[in-house]
Parts: sequence; C-alpha cells; structure tokens
Amino acid sequence: MTLGVLPYVLALVLTFIGLYVVVAKKNIIKIILGVIMLEHAVNLFLLLLGYRSGGTAPIRSPGDTVSAEAFAAGSVDPLPQALILTSIVIGLGCLALMVSLALRLHEKFGTFDMTRIRELRG
Amino acid sequence: MDPILWPLLALLAFMIIGSLIAAEAEDLLSSVVCVGAVGAGLAIINLLLGAPDLAITQVVVEVLCVVVLIRVVLTRRHETQQTQKDTLAVGSVLLVLGVLLAVSTWAMTTLHPFGQPLLAGDRPGVAYQYLTRGLAETGAANHVTAVLLDYRAYDTLGEATVIFVSIMGAYAILRRKGRIHHAPGNEPDR
Amino acid sequence: MPPGMSPIVRTVARLVTGFITMYGIYVVLYGHVSPGGGFAGGAILAAGFILLLLAFGKVRTEQIVSHRMAIAWDSGGALAFLAVAALGYVAGSFFLNFLALGEPYRLVSAGTLPLSNASIGAKVGAGLFGVFLALSVFRPAGDREDET
Repeated sequence: MTLGVLPYVLALVLTFIGLYVVVAKKNIIKIILGVIMLEHAVNLFLLLLGYRSGGTAPIRSPGDTVSAEAFAAGSVDPLPQALILTSIVIGLGCLALMVSLALRLHEKFGTFDMTRIRELRG
Repeated sequence: MDPILWPLLALLAFMIIGSLIAAEAEDLLSSVVCVGAVGAGLAIINLLLGAPDLAITQVVVEVLCVVVLIRVVLTRRHETQQTQKDTLAVGSVLLVLGVLLAVSTWAMTTLHPFGQPLLAGDRPGVAYQYLTRGLAETGAANHVTAVLLDYRAYDTLGEATVIFVSIMGAYAILRRKGRIHHAPGNEPDR
Repeated sequence: MPPGMSPIVRTVARLVTGFITMYGIYVVLYGHVSPGGGFAGGAILAAGFILLLLAFGKVRTEQIVSHRMAIAWDSGGALAFLAVAALGYVAGSFFLNFLALGEPYRLVSAGTLPLSNASIGAKVGAGLFGVFLALSVFRPAGDREDET
C-alpha cells in the first residue's frame, strides 16, 4: 500500500466516524452533527479524486497565453468541483429542515433523548 | 513526492481528531464547536487542492451552520445525555464498521493514485473536452461555472428544486397558524 | 434584556452590512470570470442579512427585510432561472446558451451565464435568510428563552 492511497483512507475514516455517530448515538442533536460530518467527509472524498499533482485551479486569467491543450494538461478536474458546490448549499438547507424537526420534537416531548421519545406515545 | 501531501495529511488528521471529540463529548456546545473546526479544516483543504469557489462557499456555509446550531443548543444545555451505555450495541456497530473499513481500504488500492486524475493518461474523459473547449464554446473563464450553468445546467435546476423544497418544508414545520396547540398559555398567532 | 446585542456590535453591523451585500453582489455577477458564482454569492448575501438579524433582533429586522420579501425574492429567483431555461427553446433546445457570447473576461459575456448566476444568487440568498428568520421567530409554547 503506497503513500498515494493514504488521503483516500483518511477520508473514509472520517466517513465512518460520521456513520457511527448517526447509528449509535441517542441525542437528536448529536445525530444531526453526525449527518453534517458525513456530508463533509463525502465532499472531501469527491474533491480528492479530482486533484492533479502540481495542478492549478481551472480558471483562466486575462494575460494568460498558454494554449488550451497546455492549460488542460496542467489544471485540476473541474467536474467534481461543480458537483460539490451544489452539495454544500444543499447541506445547509437540509440542516435547517432537521433543526426545525428537532425543535418541534423538543416542544412536544420536552427532551432531545431518542429513547425517552420512543417511550412516550402521544 | 507531492509537495502538498504533508500539509494535506496534517489537516486530515486535525479533522479526524476534531470529529472524534465531537462524537464523544458530553457537552453539546463543545460538539458543535468541534464540527465547526472540521468545516474550517475542510475549507483550507479546498484551497490547497485548487478549488477557490468551494473554499468561499464552505467557509460561509460552515459559519451559518454553527450559528444555527448554537442558537438551538444554547438554551437547552441542561439536556445532558443519558449515560445508559449499551456496550453490546455500540461494540457490534464498531465491529461492523471496522470490517467495512478494512474492505474499503482494500478497494481504495484499485483506484488511481492520489494526484493522477482520470483526466490524464491515454483515455481522457469528458472533463478534458470541457477544459479545452470551455472558453471557446461558453465564453466563461471560470470553467467550474461553465460546467455548472452551461454543460450541466439541468443538474443545477434539480439542485435549486431541492433547496426550494427543503426550505418550504422548514417553513411548513415551523408555522404557527392553524396548528393544534398542545400547551396552555401560548402566544396568539401572528 | 433588550433584543439584539450590545451597542458595539450594533454600530459595527450598521457600518459593515452594506459592504457585505455589495461584496455578495460582486461575487454573484462576476461568477463567470473569477471564483465564485451564484451559490457562493448567495451564501454571502444571506450571511449579511443574518448579521442584521443577530445584531438588532427580529422586530427591527422585519421592518427592513420582511418575511414576505424573502419569500418573494426566493420564488422570483426560481422562476427567473426556469425562464432562462425555457427561453433556450428560442435557439433550439432546453437550456441552450442562446445569447451572444461576446469577448471573454468582460462582465457582459458568456451569454446567459450572468443571468443564471444572478437568479441563483437571489434564490439561495433569500431562501437561506428566510429559513433563518423562521427559525428565530419560532417560539415554542411555554419556553422561557430570551429574544435573539
């Protein structure tokens, strides 16, 4: 296993920490934080896939006279970046929805603990 | 050896330590602050890996996330977590996740090494066409915007729909008019 | 305790919010030339308004930017984006870039891209601010917290 696979493995570790928090914790706010960590980890993994060694950002500046092929040979991949950009803002929208659900649950049951919410029926 | 590899690994280790603290802390406010630190580390990694639009968006969205969560957590900190540790359940979850981590680490070795994207080589993909013909076909110097709003504009329409629906859902849940009131002595509707 | 924050924060917010809004509009409009675009600029606009909300409390802020205005800009931005997409049929197909391309690195260039960026920026900014306003106006029955 060379050193070139280590960033991917660390991103996977982050994913599994987020997954563990979502599955094994009992406080609703902790579960929401776990979902946020999952989103960060997945965005990070997508970004790592598109990086080129010594590459530049995929933005051309005025006064840049390299040809299109030379530019494409030296820049990072723009396609994962476009997909991640929308995903970050969607994460904030989903966080608003989850937090409003948590606030309503707290108003009705008086607690954030999942085990006690399951006991009270009604 | 790639010159950014060591700062990248250091930042990844920082993010992992932050997420472990966020997972195991008893105080909810400490967990929220640690998730904010994870997001800040991610923004710096975005800058290192050549994605400036992502860095701008990640910083602002992370600040807004932390503000919303602190607003929720700050007045309800007396809700400490119950300490009935169910060791069998937590242990089996950790065991399954460990097996999953081992299998996926083996799967990562079949990917291309870090630093040599699929864009390069003898079979360049569609992103190569976007980079070489982007400026001539769309007139935009920022190729990420060109991909997002010209080549893949239908996905952006789907994303706008998702944000719209989630915000409408939040409005519908937080509305006060027409709700059946559960507790006595509540305020009159707006 | 009066709503909002201390006079220091209020003075700084009064000075800075105009600049934040202008920076957000700049990032949105120049999205096809420099890093940024609709999503980043929209998030910056929302952050500027949320600063107003946190510093002055919800009563004062609703007089400046009300909830109806946020919903109107949100829906208007979504409809404008759909209009840009449907107008592509003028030139042949859905979402086609039908305006003149112009010369690169200028503000008016790249066809429909600045229009799409502006509508997405309005939509994201107004939407995120509106949902934060709804979260802060929410008063659960029987809760004794202070106003923000």
